[in-house]
Amino acid sequence: MAKPNMSLKKNPMPSQEPLVRARNFEEVTLGYSAETAIDEAQRCLHCKNAPCIQGCPVNIHIPDFIDKIKEGDFDGAYKVISLSSSLPAVCGRVCPQESQCESKCVRGIKGDPVGIGRLERFVADYHNNNSKAETEVPKSNGHRVAVVGSGPSGLTCAGDLAKLGYKVTVYEALHLAGGVLVYGIPEFRLPKKIVQKEVDELKKLGVDVETNVVIGKTLTIDELFEDGFEAVFVGSGAGLPRFMGIPGESLKGVYSANEFLTRNNLMKAYKDNPTTPILKAQKVAVVGGGNVAMDAARTALRLGAEKVYIVYRRSLEELPARKEEVEHAMEEGIDFRLLQNPVEIMGYNNPDDRRDPKNGFVTGIKVIKMELGEPDASGRRRPVEIPGSEEVLPVDCVVISIGTSPNPLIKDTTAGLEVNKHGGIIVEEETGKTTKEGVYAGGDAVTGAATVILAMGAGKTAAKAIDEYIKSKN
Amino acid sequence: MYKIVKKRVLNPTVTLMEIEAPLVARKAQAGQFIILRVDEDGERIPLTVAGCNRERGSVRIIFQVVGGTTELLNHKEEGDYISDFVGPLGKATETEGIKKVCVVGGGVGCAIALPVAEKFHELGAEVHSIVGFRNKDLVILEDEFKAASTKLTIMTDDGSYGTKGLVTEPLKAALESGENFDEVIAIGPVVMMKFVVATCKPFGVKTVVSMNPIMIDGTGMCGGCRLTVGGKTKFACVDGPDFDGYEVDFDEAMLRGTMYRDFERHAYEDACNLFKKGE
Repeated sequence: MAKPNMSLKKNPMPSQEPLVRARNFEEVTLGYSAETAIDEAQRCLHCKNAPCIQGCPVNIHIPDFIDKIKEGDFDGAYKVISLSSSLPAVCGRVCPQESQCESKCVRGIKGDPVGIGRLERFVADYHNNNSKAETEVPKSNGHRVAVVGSGPSGLTCAGDLAKLGYKVTVYEALHLAGGVLVYGIPEFRLPKKIVQKEVDELKKLGVDVETNVVIGKTLTIDELFEDGFEAVFVGSGAGLPRFMGIPGESLKGVYSANEFLTRNNLMKAYKDNPTTPILKAQKVAVVGGGNVAMDAARTALRLGAEKVYIVYRRSLEELPARKEEVEHAMEEGIDFRLLQNPVEIMGYNNPDDRRDPKNGFVTGIKVIKMELGEPDASGRRRPVEIPGSEEVLPVDCVVISIGTSPNPLIKDTTAGLEVNKHGGIIVEEETGKTTKEGVYAGGDAVTGAATVILAMGAGKTAAKAIDEYIKSKN
Repeated sequence: MYKIVKKRVLNPTVTLMEIEAPLVARKAQAGQFIILRVDEDGERIPLTVAGCNRERGSVRIIFQVVGGTTELLNHKEEGDYISDFVGPLGKATETEGIKKVCVVGGGVGCAIALPVAEKFHELGAEVHSIVGFRNKDLVILEDEFKAASTKLTIMTDDGSYGTKGLVTEPLKAALESGENFDEVIAIGPVVMMKFVVATCKPFGVKTVVSMNPIMIDGTGMCGGCRLTVGGKTKFACVDGPDFDGYEVDFDEAMLRGTMYRDFERHAYEDACNLFKKGE
């Protein structure tokens, strides 16, 4: 084998130029070429104890797949990843690798860690573009399982069970499968054709995907059991957007990030002559510091805004978004107002003309400067207001991206399914088993807003537990 | 795909359709709503369930042509299909313990008020219905209301049919004359519901309103349908659409309802032009 590549730097990710990409919805990053992938793979030392694997929520055999890349055996690399992950093209793009696998990489002690995420994406894209292998339809074992929600946890759980021979039906409330991967994460970060391919793969495995069915409304969990399903996995996602409770949140031009992104991504409001409208604002403030906030801010830019702020109450260090997204957002010219917190959203009001069409539209957001005090329950230093430091940012649109609280539909209609004080479904961590027999759950419906990979991991865990549960009964 | 099994034009801008959707038909209750898309890439619009035929597995909707999507839908005929139809969403109208009710409907809101009146009637309650329209040509569902009501009052703005005036006038008269309704339920334009609430307030009668804000997913994900109710943010799709009328901030709801007014006007004109070209 060739000598390792001892360069301290990761191979850079080819990307669209910041000022060009900030005005289009095409994917920002373009992916490694085969040569670059092999060069980057050679930076991996294949450590015996492989700490990177411990950093991966689904324990992909990272050094093994990287070895295959070194050999130029990209199909082999894909097979290694497939043993652990069902959605590599998605995870290679959206996982926070810097706090997972790459944070444990020995090469990261002195220099950059190996670009594991970039390599994962390369392998998945190579497979999607080149593989001619027909999907093998597993032999049916005759048992039926229902999966609620077609986001990352549901797709993963459905895929794993289908491969074991289960007849799986996935129920999706919206008109399109994919969950947050289609309504939430924008095209420029995760092209929708990748998600569609994953859904199509599932269908080839024999999974039925029923859109336009809201579990808790159209059908209940109990009815699914009556219908002959032997187990149900609930991966219904995070739920209702939170607001701040400050004056002006109901003005026209104030969106939750969920609404803003859904209009743009799922309903395609970015198109010329869209059927679903979205405010084409000139100046936008996005409140929050997570991945969703970054997505909303960068979407606003691409919809034509000339100025976009991120308003976040802590400092850059605490910003929870994926590092690459923050860097991309900064390169694209998003103005980060760190250690600032909104206190009021202002609107237009013409006292002389109640019918003035401008009435009720957002004109600005008042923010107050913050400083970091003592650590709070989350271990992060608590931001405290600096009195008298208010400032008004003139904006015509505000997007609130401060998290969600769980959706009540399933809990309210499922006797025996218990939730915690935040409304998240209570599960046994090792199995995803809920308090109701035969019902398993995972993803944001359990944890509150988290990441795609954690949801996927939960879907995998539950699939395994469901298999054992059904086998134990038969 | 969901089949249109029946279409009936109720007045020049209001159409009734029955859509084949057995799962929805099995469960839908008065007060709940559905969301539909006419075609691929279409807009999602919420419409309140106007009744259902459980044997046929069909759900009745009644809509007014107000924008691009409703114009498009109105051009579909019996036997045609629409791409998406999901529900029943929202909570059903509460009927428990109500022996005497006044159902107030305005304009196309009467289409939604009717199943509520029918439900109360079915449960043996005394139903007084007050329905209002701009003029005689726009009156809809008169026979159906008659059948479901102990007493029916029809109002028109111009006096071309029934009594001239607003729905609040006979409501006020009834309350003043000592009609002891357990509940007044108002369904129609937000401004009408606001004034129904104002009319009821001095009498302290329980008043429920059915809100119909802008919505996208309808399942408690996007938050677009939020309202201020009792000083708190509520979501019409999962907390409603029925709310205690005394608690709703109607002025805010009216303002929010106009957010896409210009967009809607253009979309409607574009849709009309498209159909004109085709003819």
